[in-house]
Amino acid sequence: MERRIFGVETEFGIRYIPRGLGPLAPEEAARKLFKPVVDSWRSTNIFLPNGGRLYLDVGSHPEYATAETATLRDLLAHDKAGEYLFNDLVNQAQDNLEAEGFDGRIFLFKNNVDSAGNSFGSHENYMLERKVEFSRLVRSLIPFLITRQIMVGAGKTHPSGPPEWSGRPLGPQNEPSFSFSQRADHIWEGSSTATTRARPLINTRDEPHADASLYRRLHVINGDSNMSQATTMLKVGATDLVLRMLEDYYPLADFEIRDAATALRVISHDLTGSARFSLADGSERSAVEMQRHYHAAACQYVEAKGPHHEDVPYILNLWDRALTAIETGDSSGIDTEIDWAIKKKLLDAYISRGASGYDDPKIQQLDLAYHDIDPDRGIYNVLNRKGLIKTVISESEIDRAAIEPPATRARIRGSFISAARAAGEPFTVDWVHLKLNSRPQLSVMCKDPFAVENAEVASLIEELQQKKSTVWAPPFI
Amino acid sequence: MERQQQQAQQQMSSSAPLEQSQLQISHQTAEVNQNLVSEVDDILAEIDGLLEENAEDFVKGFVQKGGE
Repeated sequence: MERRIFGVETEFGIRYIPRGLGPLAPEEAARKLFKPVVDSWRSTNIFLPNGGRLYLDVGSHPEYATAETATLRDLLAHDKAGEYLFNDLVNQAQDNLEAEGFDGRIFLFKNNVDSAGNSFGSHENYMLERKVEFSRLVRSLIPFLITRQIMVGAGKTHPSGPPEWSGRPLGPQNEPSFSFSQRADHIWEGSSTATTRARPLINTRDEPHADASLYRRLHVINGDSNMSQATTMLKVGATDLVLRMLEDYYPLADFEIRDAATALRVISHDLTGSARFSLADGSERSAVEMQRHYHAAACQYVEAKGPHHEDVPYILNLWDRALTAIETGDSSGIDTEIDWAIKKKLLDAYISRGASGYDDPKIQQLDLAYHDIDPDRGIYNVLNRKGLIKTVISESEIDRAAIEPPATRARIRGSFISAARAAGEPFTVDWVHLKLNSRPQLSVMCKDPFAVENAEVASLIEELQQKKSTVWAPPFI
Repeated sequence: MERQQQQAQQQMSSSAPLEQSQLQISHQTAEVNQNLVSEVDDILAEIDGLLEENAEDFVKGFVQKGGE
């Protein structure tokens, strides 16, 4: 596939910390957060002018789904734009709370686990050619997805050491520890047939939001939410390269893993990357060995075919440096780019200055505050401001992505939404369909996610533009 | 390969990883110049000023329902 559609859906954790007046439960805080959205759109499930989607399930997490993007850089910009949009909502909610006499603060965390062990996700979507058989995904893609956490995990402290798993110790018991991944401990399934074993990690049965005879939508649920742009770029960029090799029938080893849930945990809690786990054929491998195979294959593949976008050399280079960091136990070569290494460097600096270890309350606090999306207070953002993080895209690109759709079908959707709102016309859209509520019989379907224009929608927009709105349209959020 | 197995054994048999990383950190700080150390100190002091006062509540009070 020459071009691919990517998208990321992120669930955020929410917390209100009171001062003065009492606490707000997460559900109440989320309602306050979405009040401007409901005021403006009469819904907590909306598509935005940038083509993305903001969503709040009852009692659940604030969620942002990026628009469908066709380049990695667009994906990075739209992923970060979600943080900017939610931060704007936090600021509005904060003002409303103050007016009501609440003096506390709302926090949104882009992480994957709370203190009670509840987990919430970051889901990646990849458009995939239908010809890639499911069995090849099981043999070669799923093992990649299980082991890639050593490069792209967000890092997590464990004050009581690694949790026990099926009677197998995942590390020294009761000794505070640090793991690569936030999510690995929360993917549970590992049953007997390949199909059911695969289902919790990936899902290809979802509606493709495209021509179903040609494409599937590969839905990956085991990734960590990343703060660092470079980490997101490696996560999605390396996965894209593996998918390209599968689509091109490029030879990749059969690494079918016997027990995905166990392998995920063993790998996450072993910072040497060398712990071994069983494959379906009875042999044993380590995460580093497997990732070295994928990396070498990707380098050869790119050498033969040429890089398909400008960031391929950087992705291959960062991939190699991340593996070298794990092999040598020295992460100084990646500690401005890879989330787990950035975080670990910070925590270790505190420990070397007197914090007692990974169970120190201050260390626990920093582990969580790293994921606070607040631009002034969130620790990732502070480190970024101090020049300690390598970024890939600029602030202005992110600002633009909060408003403008990327050059995909999202542009059709976003322009339609903007025009309908400016004209004061009620409308209904989803990923594929668009219609004005006043003309329910005229529902336009856009099945091609790469299309940036649609004649029917263009004429609707022209009509809308002629109609001067008599209604004042409030800001989008 | 042998080296990796040795690493794995070290990992299983002792608290090596944490001690190692602490050693590395102190080794690194011994090598870098004093300006860099104070620069790090300044950044950590700034971060300290931004953190909520009650570290334990900040972490333990963050309880959600599960996602997806």
